[in-house]
Amino acid sequence: MQYALLIYTPPGYADSLPEAEREAALAEFLAFTDDERYVAGGQLQPTETATTVRVSGGRTLMTDGPFADTKEVLGGLCLIEAADLDEAIELAARVPAARLGGTVEVRPVVRR
Amino acid sequence: MLEEVFRDEWGRVVASLVGFLRDFDLAEEAAQEAFAIAARHWPASGVPDNPGAWLVTTARNRAIDRLRRERTLAEKIHLLPVPEVIMDEFDDTVIKDERLELIFTCCHPALALEGQVALTLRAVGGLETAEIARAFLVSEETMKRRLTRAKAKIKLAGIPFAVPGARLLPDRLDAVLAVIYLIYNEGYRGRVDLGAEAIRLGRLLAALMPAEPEAYGLLALMMIHHARRRARFSGEDLVLLEDQDRSLWDVGQLAEGRAVLDRALALGGRGAYVVQAAIASLQTRERIDWPQVAELYRRLVELTGSPVVELNRAVALAQAGDPAAALRAVDRLDLDGYLYFHSTRGELLRRLGRDAEARDAYRRALELATTTPERRFLARRLEGL
Repeated sequence: MQYALLIYTPPGYADSLPEAEREAALAEFLAFTDDERYVAGGQLQPTETATTVRVSGGRTLMTDGPFADTKEVLGGLCLIEAADLDEAIELAARVPAARLGGTVEVRPVVRR
Repeated sequence: MLEEVFRDEWGRVVASLVGFLRDFDLAEEAAQEAFAIAARHWPASGVPDNPGAWLVTTARNRAIDRLRRERTLAEKIHLLPVPEVIMDEFDDTVIKDERLELIFTCCHPALALEGQVALTLRAVGGLETAEIARAFLVSEETMKRRLTRAKAKIKLAGIPFAVPGARLLPDRLDAVLAVIYLIYNEGYRGRVDLGAEAIRLGRLLAALMPAEPEAYGLLALMMIHHARRRARFSGEDLVLLEDQDRSLWDVGQLAEGRAVLDRALALGGRGAYVVQAAIASLQTRERIDWPQVAELYRRLVELTGSPVVELNRAVALAQAGDPAAALRAVDRLDLDGYLYFHSTRGELLRRLGRDAEARDAYRRALELATTTPERRFLARRLEGL
């Protein structure tokens, strides 16, 4: 099954870490992306760079900023391949943000 | 008679079908069909030698027929993907017991706790949705939604139908034990049928995990408490352990509970449920060894870090003859919103002859009481001062 790992962190979380810890977290994350169960993913630029888009009456409407203003923001995401939820949770727990004050939401991807 | 067979076999049949079909709804429907067929035929033809195998085989055949019909339909309309039915897995001579897999799936911590509880009672225990709803004081509709939500998540999120591996097992077993104990405690508040149901589940778990001391520990704890259930109330009034009429205790269940505890101890059990069962067992002795009870509570504080347990340790210290040390321990606790904190302080202060302070403590406890028996009990203590 495929699962999306949605990584929520306080804004500016990566910059707030001491440099050594930030580098260690990055190295850990790179090791994580080498796992064969990792499919795709990436870190997102801050929410200040977000544009929210919807289409109404054939017109494309856009607003500056993220979809929802929340204390923690979507800071990155990955797609993984796992046998079941237990395996997905195990991988989610390896995302460095999960132990550095962030939260990882695990969502199964709809099969087509 | 038939009903008893059904209750005993329900969990086994559902487990086997979920293992086979990987779908709770389909499994439950097929199980229900098989039980309905049995109810029609068994009274005339007699109960088969192996009712469980008969039910599983019948239910599997029903489920396969149904999937075939749906597949034909799906092929006609080219719309729905229908899972392939693997006939090789079907072997009616050996029906594997998959109830442990079922229990771990129902008690998966990725499910909401109330969903875990409801699904365990429904799928493993065989209670009807309406019965579970009544036991938890919610509408049948609400309980149905709770069950549907849990089953949908198991399916869509890929919650495994498996006994967790060695690394995950300790945490997952804790979750299972917590669900069963929660069911028991719901029953302890007066709903005796749930207490019996929890003991039934505890018995099953211990039978399925015979090397696991905490499973025996939980079973022993529930049995020893349950043995005293008829003595806990006098009419509407709560009766303290020391004042209970021991002739109302279920001596058979008490003896069985103690034997189960011995089993847990023999397996080297020193976990939280084993310790609680040991305390409960000591408290049913003719002469209670309070210093040892206090010592076991100390161990339980180490294991749980719970201030409520520390409060109980203090009570044991007082019973062992040192109310002053007990009051010092109690006054270190931050449990202002907890009824028993204040009632315990009241009792300790009374014993130390500090009646005015004792009255204040009991009044505070009375403010926090939510049930009539509690209020009546506290009012009587207050009058006695």
